[in-house]
Amino acid sequence: MSTRATWTDRLLQAEALFIYLFLWIPIVVLVAFSFNSSRQVVVWEHASLHWYEVLAKDAVLLGALERSLWVAFLTTVLAILIGTPAALALARREFRGKGAMSRLVDLPLVIPEIVMASSMVICFGLVGIRLSMTTVVIAHVAFSVSYLIITVRARLAGFDRSLEEAAMDLGANELTTFFRVTLPLILPGIISGALLVFTLSLDDYVITSFVAGVGSTTLPLQIYAMVKQGISPEINAVSTVLLALTITLVAISHLLQRRAH
Amino acid sequence: MKRLLAFFADPTERLLAQIGPALWWLVVFFALPLGIMVVISLAQRGPYGIVQYHWGWDAYVQAAEAGARAAAAQAEEGAPVEVTPVPDRAGWARYVFQNYLRAFDQLYIPIYVRSIGFALITTVLCLLLGYPIAYFIAIKAPERLRSALLILVVIPFWTSFLVRTYAWILILRSDGLINRALMALGLPSQQLLYNDFAVLVGLVYGELPFMILPLYASIQKLDVSLLEAAQDLGATPRQAFFRVTVPLTRPGILAGVIFVFIPSIGAFVIPDLMGGSRSIMVGNLIQNQFLFTRDLPFGSAVCFLLTALVLVVLFGNALVAGEEWEEHP
Repeated sequence: MSTRATWTDRLLQAEALFIYLFLWIPIVVLVAFSFNSSRQVVVWEHASLHWYEVLAKDAVLLGALERSLWVAFLTTVLAILIGTPAALALARREFRGKGAMSRLVDLPLVIPEIVMASSMVICFGLVGIRLSMTTVVIAHVAFSVSYLIITVRARLAGFDRSLEEAAMDLGANELTTFFRVTLPLILPGIISGALLVFTLSLDDYVITSFVAGVGSTTLPLQIYAMVKQGISPEINAVSTVLLALTITLVAISHLLQRRAH
Repeated sequence: MKRLLAFFADPTERLLAQIGPALWWLVVFFALPLGIMVVISLAQRGPYGIVQYHWGWDAYVQAAEAGARAAAAQAEEGAPVEVTPVPDRAGWARYVFQNYLRAFDQLYIPIYVRSIGFALITTVLCLLLGYPIAYFIAIKAPERLRSALLILVVIPFWTSFLVRTYAWILILRSDGLINRALMALGLPSQQLLYNDFAVLVGLVYGELPFMILPLYASIQKLDVSLLEAAQDLGATPRQAFFRVTVPLTRPGILAGVIFVFIPSIGAFVIPDLMGGSRSIMVGNLIQNQFLFTRDLPFGSAVCFLLTALVLVVLFGNALVAGEEWEEHP
């Protein structure tokens, strides 16, 4: 190989490194300065857990975190319950209107969030439903169930039905076959989808800001309010906690999927 | 138990049970609201923000006459008289679709131009920045490191949207990291936040993984022997890249472009927190109408236009990608 090839290789390496730095420096800044004792976030004083203590005593922020977790949990459960059967039907059965339903499922992924948010708040207002945690969960399921359906459906793409047929040949009825053969096999897909839904719900700002009522402040809403007021190391602290939580969840899901094989 | 099984025995009933709940939820809480929003976009804002529906011919004539009276009153004060419009069909159409006509008012055009412009610039930047690293990971990096390298690209994305934006505010503000470093070196501080530059940084940062991943998926499928064949036939590396690699990775490029462009036009949080009052995008305009001006009909009209644009882009992409399908079956 000529030296020219090495030159472009070096360039590629450098560019990749630059991108990694670009992607990671904000994260490092965020986490590192959460351990800074100074009130001025980016002026390093000395290492301290002070702001985590402030976070632990911040009832408003903790309340928002609790509400976010609760909403994310409910959204995920509902998405699994209504999304999994739909994914199964869409992946395996032919029926009239399948194309239309398929496109309907794809739509929430491309419609801008602000448009969905606006339309939902109009409808809730029109029907007279008061904005609350309920409306938040309803909206979250509406925009995230598609992600679960698509994930499970993709997982079903290469599905080998002979295992199910074998089970039924051995005398199992449909319901038993479903719970003891099908479900375990599609579980990794459901877990991936559920994780995606959970993260999307936990992180959502735009839709939630439109459909949350007073007293239904989720964590992103609270963080937004705090950022608008100005910077504070407490935001660094809660961001680090959120990041750690998300990484843990993904790691767990990854391990669960590994073991499923 | 047997009754439960009997209920699901009929295939049609079982199908309904399977897709029913999801279908119902999506129709009632997603599709229906969108449809209602289209209807509202043709209404008008009444006092205190209530929505009023004036579609009838009579309502139009009344409004036209009121307009004529107002013009006449202006004439008494010596102001130039505007030609009073004779009630006619075209005028009626203009009256009903007034929100859409107003949406293209000079006041708002810069916002649309900026939104589309930002989205385009973000897409191009993401493509230019993302392709080399995707190529590096897919082809140049040792195979055992590939998963790790990909995960390293994705982890920053696991932070919440708001958190990422906040991190950039910390870095870019007037007494943020960069400016403090500049001042320590004796250099003048720069205005890096609350302008177009900040919005672009935020957008590129948020969308880059969405470009890198599809590109990687596509580049990874590349048959390297084709590149070697090209070189054997005398192609320079540059020719090999532009005439072999790029065309073959076109599906990945298209996917990445769509994944970046569409969320970028609808961006809201980034221009809101990092853009300042001079860098508002369509998303901010819409939120403004719903939360502050409370002009729901007008906001709905803008929403519809944004959605129409997105669907047009998707349709265009389907056409382009569809052509692909026929060339390389």
